[in-house]
Amino acid sequence: MSENNSMPKESLLSPRNKKLLTDPLGKDNPINVQVLGICSVLAITVQLRTSLVMAISVVAVMGFANVIISLLRSTIPPRIRIIVQLTVIASLVILVDQILKAFVYDISRQLSVFVGLIITNCIIMGRLEAFALNNKPWPSFLDGIGNAAGYGWVLLAVGFFREVFGSGTLMGYAVIPQFLYDIGYEDNGLMILPPMALITVGIIIWVQRYKDRRLIDIS
Amino acid sequence: MSNRYIFLYASAMVIIVALVLSGAATLLRPLQERNMRIEKMQNILSTINIPAPRGEAEELFDRYIIETKIVNYQGEEVEGDAFEVDLQDENRKDPSERDLPVFIAEVDGENYYIMPVRGGGLWGPIWGYISLESDLATIYGANFDHASETPGLGAEIADREFEEQFRGKRIFDEDSNFRSVRVVKGRAPEDDPHAVDGISGGTITSNGVQRMLRDGLGIYEPYFKKIRTS
Repeated sequence: MSENNSMPKESLLSPRNKKLLTDPLGKDNPINVQVLGICSVLAITVQLRTSLVMAISVVAVMGFANVIISLLRSTIPPRIRIIVQLTVIASLVILVDQILKAFVYDISRQLSVFVGLIITNCIIMGRLEAFALNNKPWPSFLDGIGNAAGYGWVLLAVGFFREVFGSGTLMGYAVIPQFLYDIGYEDNGLMILPPMALITVGIIIWVQRYKDRRLIDIS
Repeated sequence: MSNRYIFLYASAMVIIVALVLSGAATLLRPLQERNMRIEKMQNILSTINIPAPRGEAEELFDRYIIETKIVNYQGEEVEGDAFEVDLQDENRKDPSERDLPVFIAEVDGENYYIMPVRGGGLWGPIWGYISLESDLATIYGANFDHASETPGLGAEIADREFEEQFRGKRIFDEDSNFRSVRVVKGRAPEDDPHAVDGISGGTITSNGVQRMLRDGLGIYEPYFKKIRTS
């Protein structure tokens, strides 16, 4: 995974904690750099709204999962630690799913199977295994939120471009002015299909590496 | 750590998780059930071309659905609330004991009869609503949904494009024999009023729809005949 857990254990200084939160947004991004969690990026980014709900759900699941595992870390028997992690993640995901079904039913229908698939999102278990098992709750919480936010902003960026160019809307509201359609502009149907999500992610990775040369060839 | 500890740890974890999850499910059930009721209303209304936003579904349902009733396999009316009938339970019963719901809608002076259908696709149940014009032979609208058909293949039965094909198709031929509507692999003949195009790559789901219509609408035949003659 990453080398975060080799850092000194005792320090609770704020610069280090801030790094936990901000590194995954940029140079240690779970999608762009570690290339984890791609499947859901392809599947649920057709619209900004579903991307947003998915991002929030993952932030909630990862924040709580990291804190819970970190609190339990000295009690978890190493031999069944993966099972314990999975149980915690699965329970949180079921909770999120139930809450979505109760309060935003339409969106939960659109996300359908992908809420359940948060369980298999490798970012979450990766962070539990690599970080929360060896760190105190507060840094673990920041690490979870940071990584989920790193996942989330890529999701939102891809969702933004796919919805604007694929459907001409944002959050369901038309944003492409009518006169453009009148002079022959058309929504790009390809943007709605999963391959364009992959290409959009590719473009984001390209731009990021162009700006930060150190990232080239490290993943 | 001893095996004893591991077993105790795992058991305690499972019990706590079970308590939390069942607690959450019980608390949220009323809200979820209301959402499902509204979705059912939206599906029923969509077969008669009434788009119903979530907030207005209940009001629109009350406005357009003028009568609901339950009939039996001989077409006789029976007591009960048609909206609450769960086809999943009904389909397990012997046909002669089934409760068959009918929703009668009135839009711009025209009457429409809406029947729920339910069957099996490739991976799980599929279901839908069919509305018939007042001749009880011509399909006015169809709405399908599924639990777990393959996205992009079988799942397309829930797409508008697939559902639209059913408009104007006939479930009875000129001699009033029940013919249902076939879902044909590839292209259905243009002039065939009893067939629609199937879904490429979704043949088993398409066949499921065909079977669901044949069984689900066929059982209403005595009721249709009764209405038509009266």
